[in-house]
Amino acid sequence: MTVDVILFFILALISVISAVSMLLSRNAVYSALFLIINFGTIAAFYLMLGAPFLAMAQVTVYAGAIMVLFLFVIMLLGAEQLRLSQSIGWQQPLAIILGAILLIEAGVILFSTQSTAALLPPFSTLNSEAAGPMAIGTALFNQYLLPFEITSVLLLVAMIGAIVLSKTEKRTG
Amino acid sequence: MPVTYYIILSAILFTLGATGVLIRRNAIVIFMSVELMLNAANLAFVAFAKSYEALSGQIFVFFVMTVAAAEVAVGLALIVAIFRSKHSINVDELTSLRH
Repeated sequence: MTVDVILFFILALISVISAVSMLLSRNAVYSALFLIINFGTIAAFYLMLGAPFLAMAQVTVYAGAIMVLFLFVIMLLGAEQLRLSQSIGWQQPLAIILGAILLIEAGVILFSTQSTAALLPPFSTLNSEAAGPMAIGTALFNQYLLPFEITSVLLLVAMIGAIVLSKTEKRTG
Repeated sequence: MPVTYYIILSAILFTLGATGVLIRRNAIVIFMSVELMLNAANLAFVAFAKSYEALSGQIFVFFVMTVAAAEVAVGLALIVAIFRSKHSINVDELTSLRH
């Protein structure tokens, strides 16, 4: 057991517990805060996997921007807690069973003998310098220039869409 | 340590997100579960990028993050618009296409 493995298991435990708490908490604000913890642990995993720039992007974009937007909307709508309404009784147990089946399916694919060797090569050492901001920027602006530009159009569309959708309708006839 | 650990964790987080989409009735929490699934996929991308010594996996994570940001902006605007017309974001109560 090296330090890496111990750190991984501690962070994985925090990550899974925060995800489960997000699903179970009745208050949407608590759900959002648990999700921020989960995103923080994923950023730590990115650091352990030699992707420091992605870790910082994860913290600023997800925990910083997206979750603040979520909290803002929850508090704007005052929708922390839903009033109880009758829902289909057998739906939640069925959903949990389906989730368990999905997990078992993933485990079977991962551990089936003939695919493991092909899917998972031994862990190599990609050092942090190879995946630093400079390398990522070079790859992004040379090899992936067209997807990058399409992404800018996508962001523009999302911006216009958000403005149009949240605009109050004028009853002009 | 083997990349398998990260893939297993990613599968667990993805399953939790999928279960969350199915069991919760609050539209915002369903949306947060979708974000959890996207993050699980990102974790698998980065783990494989390290395992294959390729930068492409990390670049893909950037594109997934951008798509997630765009999706959140439009999705939350939709939720606000639905709340304005129906005064509820419980997905059980949103059963009609017109109001």
